[in-house]
Amino acid sequence: MAIQPKKHEMPTQDPKVRAHNFNEVATGYSYAVAVEEASRCLNCKNRPCVSGCPVNISIPDFIAKIKDEDMEGAYQIISKSSSLPAVCGRVCPQETQCESKCTLGVKFEPVGIGRLERFVADYHNSNATEQPAKPTANGHRVAVVGSGPSGLTCAGDLAKKGYSVSVFEALHTAGGVLVYGIPEFRLPKSIVAKEVSTLEALGVDIQTNVVIGKTLTVDELFDMGYEAVFIGSGAGLPNFMNIPGESLKGVYSANEFLTRSNLMKAYNPDSPTPIMRGGNVAVVGGGNVAMDAARTALRLGAEHVYIVYRRSMNELPARREEVEHAQEEGIDFRLLTNPVEIEGFTNPDDPRDPRNGFVTGIRCIRMELGEPDAKGRRRPVPVEGSDFVLPVDVVIMAIGTSPNPLIKNTTAGLDVNDHGGIIVNEDGITSREGVFAGGDAVTGAATVISAMGAGKLAAKSIDEYLSAK
Amino acid sequence: MYPIIRKKALNPTVTQMEILSPLVAKKALPGQFIILRVTPDGERIPLTVAGTDPVEGTVKIIFQIVGSTTFLLNQKEAGDSIADFVGPLGVPTHLDGLRKVCIVGGGVGCAIALPIAQELHRLGASVTTIVGFRTRDLVILEDEFKACSDFFHMMTDDGTYGRKGNVTVPLKELLESGNTFDMIITIGPLIMMKFVVATARPFGTPVTVSMNPIMIDGTGMCGGCRLSLLRDGKRITKFACVDGPDFNGYEVDFDEAMSRGRAYVDFERHAYEQTCNLFKKA
Repeated sequence: MAIQPKKHEMPTQDPKVRAHNFNEVATGYSYAVAVEEASRCLNCKNRPCVSGCPVNISIPDFIAKIKDEDMEGAYQIISKSSSLPAVCGRVCPQETQCESKCTLGVKFEPVGIGRLERFVADYHNSNATEQPAKPTANGHRVAVVGSGPSGLTCAGDLAKKGYSVSVFEALHTAGGVLVYGIPEFRLPKSIVAKEVSTLEALGVDIQTNVVIGKTLTVDELFDMGYEAVFIGSGAGLPNFMNIPGESLKGVYSANEFLTRSNLMKAYNPDSPTPIMRGGNVAVVGGGNVAMDAARTALRLGAEHVYIVYRRSMNELPARREEVEHAQEEGIDFRLLTNPVEIEGFTNPDDPRDPRNGFVTGIRCIRMELGEPDAKGRRRPVPVEGSDFVLPVDVVIMAIGTSPNPLIKNTTAGLDVNDHGGIIVNEDGITSREGVFAGGDAVTGAATVISAMGAGKLAAKSIDEYLSAK
Repeated sequence: MYPIIRKKALNPTVTQMEILSPLVAKKALPGQFIILRVTPDGERIPLTVAGTDPVEGTVKIIFQIVGSTTFLLNQKEAGDSIADFVGPLGVPTHLDGLRKVCIVGGGVGCAIALPIAQELHRLGASVTTIVGFRTRDLVILEDEFKACSDFFHMMTDDGTYGRKGNVTVPLKELLESGNTFDMIITIGPLIMMKFVVATARPFGTPVTVSMNPIMIDGTGMCGGCRLSLLRDGKRITKFACVDGPDFNGYEVDFDEAMSRGRAYVDFERHAYEQTCNLFKKA
């Protein structure tokens, strides 16, 4: 049988429809399509895809199980390496990881590994009835700080080895960026909740409303009998551009806008959470977070949503798929454009005018690409006198974050770099004995899967550390 | 869930509650705050800690019924529980080395000023307290303040209790008659704190103000609580949740903070009315 050259299409909601709802954009492979897509895998000997996976899932093996229609078998293979398969199948940038290495991809389109992973996880979540068996306890206690992708992965891997793991989460719901940051239409919260409950069934104890560095310190965790601590506290304070007008009403950080919509559920019209809906919206930045914010604004009822990005489409750091989805939904990309000032309303005759202090527009300047910088990216240079105003009511700054200082400030002997990121060696070990770290708290804003990889690595190091003790 | 151990109405619109939260009770210091949610899916609101009992494991909060969430909170009685309670957040008020302090509290802000006054008194500092309320019926914590203050000044806007006038009146008199303070610590409405700073400015007395902006996570993640400081002619962005809530009063851009505080006024009014109506029908 000849190999089908293209991946089976991922079914998606019609862009015109989905631009106005928060249901998932991609609806997932059917059983039959999954089996057909699995049969495209060459099951080649050198298995390059596995090396492209930050958590080294045995990709050809789980795909072979799908081909044999043993979906639970496929799930068991994935879950040996990944604690969050339904999440990864949705938000991993497979095109630059496993799928970029696929042998089939040399001549044709690679196997749709991410889509298959998602299918297997969803199939398991809706069909499997039994909870995973609790491993035999080994008597060691580990504390995990933060319940985002790195923390959950670390906790899951350790729990499977018999460690007694407590996860401390500052917010009221477990999941970190998976619940406050990534929108419902890309990653339904019910899926995160399901993955968290799977970990709880493994014996992981999740304590919400505990801020490490405030409620408890790392030292106190050791005093309480935890023998190792993993810090996966995520990225922190949002960055702003330091241009005039950023304090006007209607200027949000992407973190705030997405937190209001996702964690605080403003996407639900009955929610008590205020958020500025409607009008025109400019999102500044070109990463996945910018795409999420723009598409969320659209779904909340904005009339027109701009992405304002200072470089060109080639440099846009967001996943190609997210950019394409955003374009299909009608997001207006203003590339080679950089904000210089946010303008607001002032009634000179009435300081009590309720419209005072609200955003009316964003003044931008056109850019052109100059010489490449140290990283090889062509540096954007402003075109003199080219400034113009986009009339908008809301501006969302999606230009990254800086690490949160709470843990650094309260943990003696924990070294951080110039940017405030926790310094770790290649095994996720920090300068402080018994303390490990990974994810955005170390690297600054990065991807879910790289955080999961770091959580996995740290779990291995913690196991070695405590086994040797 | 976090049980409400005791509840007491301090005046018709201000309620005091003691919530069981042993970890917070053990840690909280004057000037720090907590964030709570009354119900799952409810709003997160910051409230400054008004006292703790580390032995019992309770944290005292005092709140004014101003909106939907505080209305819902006030519906709860002793024995009920609230969904979430997290803290202590923010940096405690710096009290080290202060020997002579003037505390200026306004309205429900007095609830936050009290533990600071008590702690200073305990540390042996001389405490002068000026408190202001709109009218006699809204006066709270008078006996408690008197117990920890060397000098006490009660003001009401309408003169129905204490002296008539703003808190800045006795403050100005004190400063003009030669009183000096190591620090003025003021907590209350933004407009009041702005005028306390203006009153102190000619005398050069340091002023600490306690900011209470709109906040979501309270841990330095969302940036919603940002405010501007003007330092050496430069505008600096700070986050009240991790850098504050206390700031040097001379640096805070109060006008901007007041404007930002009104970002959701219409939404809040609507939500409040809806919540009240819900309870009227029930």
